[in-house]
Amino acid sequence: MASVATLATDVSAVELWRRSYLKQQTYKSVLIAAISLVVFVGIVVFLLSGSEGWAKVQASFFDWDTFVGSLPAIGEGLLKNLQVLGYSLVLVLIFATLIAVARTTRTPVLFPVRLLASLYVDLIRGMPALLLLYLIGFGIPGLGIFGRIDPVILGTIAITMCYSAYVAEVLRSGINSVHPSQRAGARALGLTHWQTMRIVVLPQAVRNVIPALMNDFVAMQKDVGLVSTIGVIDVVRAAQIEVAHTWNFTPYVAAGVVFVLLALPFVRLADWYTNRTREREQKGGTV
Amino acid sequence: MSGPVLSLRNIRKDFGEHRVLDGIDLDVKEHEVVVLIGASGSGKSTLLRCVNLLERIDDGQIFLQGEDISDPRVDKDKARARIGVVFQSFNLFPHLSVLRNVTLALTDVHHIPKEEAEARAMTLLERIGVASKAHVYPDRLSGGQQQRVAIVRAIAANPELLLLDEITSALDPNLVGEVLDLVLDLKRGGSTIVMATHEMDFARQAADTIVYLNHGRIEEAGTPEKLFNNPDSEQTAAFLSRYRK
Repeated sequence: MASVATLATDVSAVELWRRSYLKQQTYKSVLIAAISLVVFVGIVVFLLSGSEGWAKVQASFFDWDTFVGSLPAIGEGLLKNLQVLGYSLVLVLIFATLIAVARTTRTPVLFPVRLLASLYVDLIRGMPALLLLYLIGFGIPGLGIFGRIDPVILGTIAITMCYSAYVAEVLRSGINSVHPSQRAGARALGLTHWQTMRIVVLPQAVRNVIPALMNDFVAMQKDVGLVSTIGVIDVVRAAQIEVAHTWNFTPYVAAGVVFVLLALPFVRLADWYTNRTREREQKGGTV
Repeated sequence: MSGPVLSLRNIRKDFGEHRVLDGIDLDVKEHEVVVLIGASGSGKSTLLRCVNLLERIDDGQIFLQGEDISDPRVDKDKARARIGVVFQSFNLFPHLSVLRNVTLALTDVHHIPKEEAEARAMTLLERIGVASKAHVYPDRLSGGQQQRVAIVRAIAANPELLLLDEITSALDPNLVGEVLDLVLDLKRGGSTIVMATHEMDFARQAADTIVYLNHGRIEEAGTPEKLFNNPDSEQTAAFLSRYRK
């Protein structure tokens, strides 16, 4: 701000001293951070390279040629991951919203729906995702009703079922965090229950739980890797195949790098979005 | 001469064992301003919430223009759409712009085309001097501005009845005046208003009828002159004497 610059010329001696002191403190802490980082990395490198098996581990986990060589297959697998992730994401948002709204609606008429939603959430949250994948992945084809089903679809169903329950719980806490006066205000205008939910409650609810939602999203993205167990050649499975071909574990590291890189932008996006909305709706003065 | 806009017959409301409203009978004529006064907990706010069907009454009937809106077969949303309400804490929607706050009910409840709704909203916002803030979010407005936006939001659809629930209680003292001026403006415009307030000077100035509520009953109702100068009930006199200068 311009006013600060003009004011800076006539500050008191006390303030000048305070500023130089704070500046010194900053330099000091940066220096300490840098030194401790160097020391820490040095110790790790020393321990690793000094250990007996390091040469072997390096050759079998961090082999550059194998790394690069495995990338095309892993990239192909990544497409499957993104496919399952994309489908499930859309479906999860729809189902989770329905479940959350059902669980927070206090109409007697909807009691059976509410009970069903609660049972579903309890059941799914208690079950390991891997088991659910097995049950869906091998159970549905076993019925023999639909003929051969693409495992990508089965994986999508399982992941959707699993994460709908988690995301519904997050959304439910978001809905409960919206102050009842907002609902009263909306209903007083003549909005119906569903209009109130859609226009007034849900937008505020989602905003309140964006960090938690993103957390679930990143977890979901990793759990998509589980579809490898029911026959989808995704990143994990592709890495496994490469490992089997090359007798080298580096493709696993490559797969790990791919997962981390995939997660990063979403984590950053969540931070950016939360900050932006906070700035937009609140006057300064955050402590 | 048509009948009263609002008729309350023997309204009763219990919160658990506690009887908040104990047989309220009240008629509000067209263009009449009825001011509810009484100590905190006397049932003023509850009565307003009951009239707007935000609370379910435990006995009695509520007639809006002669129609029993406490009948369970009545579409509550439609009934609420005919009544404007302003709350103590404004209850503006923080995620919607000031303009959208005002147009929301017009477009989504009354199905007025967007352009027309926005034109009407802008006229109202100009009237209360916040037209330049139409596209910002409510948090950028002062408390008095927010409450005035809440008032025009409530009157945008020309409700048959306006309920004001202690609309100045959450405001800084220096912002109370601008909100009450707007209410006087509405009175001059012919709005039918039922309001609960602790502002006795304002009650005296604006009310056609003052209703003194005491423990969920109407202790006394009458013109401001009558209640302030020559009340029938000793309790009314005792309550008002605490406010007399």
